[in-house]
Amino acid sequence: MTISRRDVLIGGAGLAAGAALPAPSIAQTANIEKGATLRVLRPTKFVDPDQTIFNENTEAFTKATGVQVRVDYASWEDLRPQTAVTANTGAGPDVVVGWADDPHIFADKLVDLTAIAEDLGKKYGGWYPVAEKYGKKDKTNQWISIPMGGSGGPAVYRESWVKEAGFDKFPTDHAGFLDLCRKLKATGHPAGFALGNAVGDGNAFCNWLVWSHGGYMVDENNKVAINSKETIEALKYAKALYETFIPGTLSWLDISNNKALTAGEVGLTQNGVSLYFSIKNSKDEKIAAIGKDLNHAPMPVGAGVGRATETALVINAMVFKHTKFPNAAKEYLRFMMEKEQYDKWLTGCFGYWTQPLKAYAQSKVWESDPKILVYRDTWERALWSGYKGAITEAAGTVNAEYVMVQMVASVCAGQATPEQAAAEAERRAKRYYRT
Amino acid sequence: MTIAAEARAGHQFSHGWLTRLFDYKPFLVFICLLPALGLLLVFLSYPLGLGVWLAFTDTRIGRAGYFIGFENFQSLWHDPVFITSVWNTLLYTGVATVGKFALGLWLALLLNNHLPFKSLLRALILVPWIVPTVLSAIAFWWIYDPQFSIISYILVDVLGWRDTYIDFLGAPWPARFSLIAANIWRGIPFVAISLLAGLQTISPALYEAAMLDGANAWQRFRHVTLPMLMPILAVVLTFSVLFTFTDFQLVYAITRGGPINSTHLMATLAFQRGIPGGQLGEGAAIAVAMIPFLVMATLFSYFALARRKWQQGEDND
Repeated sequence: MTISRRDVLIGGAGLAAGAALPAPSIAQTANIEKGATLRVLRPTKFVDPDQTIFNENTEAFTKATGVQVRVDYASWEDLRPQTAVTANTGAGPDVVVGWADDPHIFADKLVDLTAIAEDLGKKYGGWYPVAEKYGKKDKTNQWISIPMGGSGGPAVYRESWVKEAGFDKFPTDHAGFLDLCRKLKATGHPAGFALGNAVGDGNAFCNWLVWSHGGYMVDENNKVAINSKETIEALKYAKALYETFIPGTLSWLDISNNKALTAGEVGLTQNGVSLYFSIKNSKDEKIAAIGKDLNHAPMPVGAGVGRATETALVINAMVFKHTKFPNAAKEYLRFMMEKEQYDKWLTGCFGYWTQPLKAYAQSKVWESDPKILVYRDTWERALWSGYKGAITEAAGTVNAEYVMVQMVASVCAGQATPEQAAAEAERRAKRYYRT
Repeated sequence: MTIAAEARAGHQFSHGWLTRLFDYKPFLVFICLLPALGLLLVFLSYPLGLGVWLAFTDTRIGRAGYFIGFENFQSLWHDPVFITSVWNTLLYTGVATVGKFALGLWLALLLNNHLPFKSLLRALILVPWIVPTVLSAIAFWWIYDPQFSIISYILVDVLGWRDTYIDFLGAPWPARFSLIAANIWRGIPFVAISLLAGLQTISPALYEAAMLDGANAWQRFRHVTLPMLMPILAVVLTFSVLFTFTDFQLVYAITRGGPINSTHLMATLAFQRGIPGGQLGEGAAIAVAMIPFLVMATLFSYFALARRKWQQGEDND
């Protein structure tokens, strides 16, 4: 396909409606290679508009620059192996919108993105500190990836049942939270948090539990530090909390809490915003009615970090050195993060992939429904897996091995005392955090 | 006639060494085998070889590894999670195989009788085997769900025999046996249909002769059916053990190896460490550790069960 100057002007004109810059300059100013084409790999959609809008934005990029882009969608479990194959063979997609840790694992194979990251930061109110942690190579100021979005996991609860349990406001401290869970159990609407090998929800709950008590897997120097008195406190609390859960959470996988909340079996759990929308938009009237009663709140703060903490599922875009068109690839990422595209994507996905750039906190999506407001600040609460250390392969393995989840689960199941469980977690983490 | 023959001989001769080479039978055989050999090498030997090599390196998903000898295996030897997975795999294979054979043989014997709608019934029996494993795994996942189990629903809400829902997957032993039951359900058709094929090759004359000698039903089964079935039993057993030992999908879909690693099999642990965990070398080492067990199972089936004595009665050496 050839693009005439006129096409470029027309395509650009549409964009120029929102942007101040005259359009045809994109290709020139960014020094995009002649005849550039791009292949992009990203995770498959979780909410429908994700894919539709992502494709529309990509087409807009093609219109504006003449660069043909093919976007492939990989299932969530396949994304990581495919990223690894791309990295190790030096072939395949030019841009991979991968999982949070992956750019750090393949850091030496990636194109430097410092310039566009800094531009974007300046233009859009700065990056959230955790976004910088995800984007920059450890302990440097060099950007190796562009975090594109994060799906948070605050508490999701039934407003009327929490009220019935005697709470007008969702508790913000550990004691209040435990009290709420006890009362929810007494009124027959117990809480439920995944304690099985659920890589998303299990880690989300257990990370919060440990972090909010001041525990962490490794310290700033990547030394395993999980076996601490803070962790043991967290585990004692977990045991008490577990007594209030609906039975069977030890075998819960990622989807279990969604099923249980949708069926009205539990009154409180933790999840991304997608659950609220799937309930609210359900064709089944009974389920849609639950949507009216749902609300969200940050998980209790605790003494640990001095602020609320949360695990976010982050997508982190990288450009591989093997690309023939690094300028086109960088420009593509910049384009996708610009307001005209990003805001549309953020809004269309109902805030599923929340913004790493502060200016997008002003997005209309956060005014569209007061109940999703809490997701706006996902990146302010988020911490990375492997907190307080670097984002490394070892952190990823420890996460995939469910070290944190199983430490909590073994105490809840009564298989281990808090002291034994913390020591076992330390042993398992040390297997991977060796030098 | 002679002229024609001479001309042909001359013609043949003129083609020289290439023709002779292709007329040379061993060479021709080799050439014809090449495509198959190539396929085997590329798609079977190479991945297997690479897997074994990886097991002796510290390869991770982000970088190529170095040869580290037996370090992976030493480290696994001291890893309780791995040891548990070995025991789980042995238990899973052992109990599931016994279950599949007991029930499969029983089913085969039933189907071997004259029943109405015989062919339809035989076709229906195959359903659990035909359905993709992941689908049946998801079905069992619902059946075992702590909140939505149909079994719990019937026992608690319909019959009122219990007060609480059964926690199938929440504790180690119930979880293990739940998975074994699912595996047995899936494996029965394969055993039953294979054994049924074996049963049908047994000549009715043998049963008539046994009846004339006054053998009762049990004696006919013990001294006619079983010995005649032994050869096929050995083959089916080998396959069944191999399938069960390397099972992955059922466990991965239903428990992911949980709760607290109590249902991890070697195959699921190898995947978890190798791909989501990124430790390719260690994952490969776990997979390689399965090989000796598989070889032993195969040898046992072939040598022990295929002995003539087993096949043709106690006193036939």
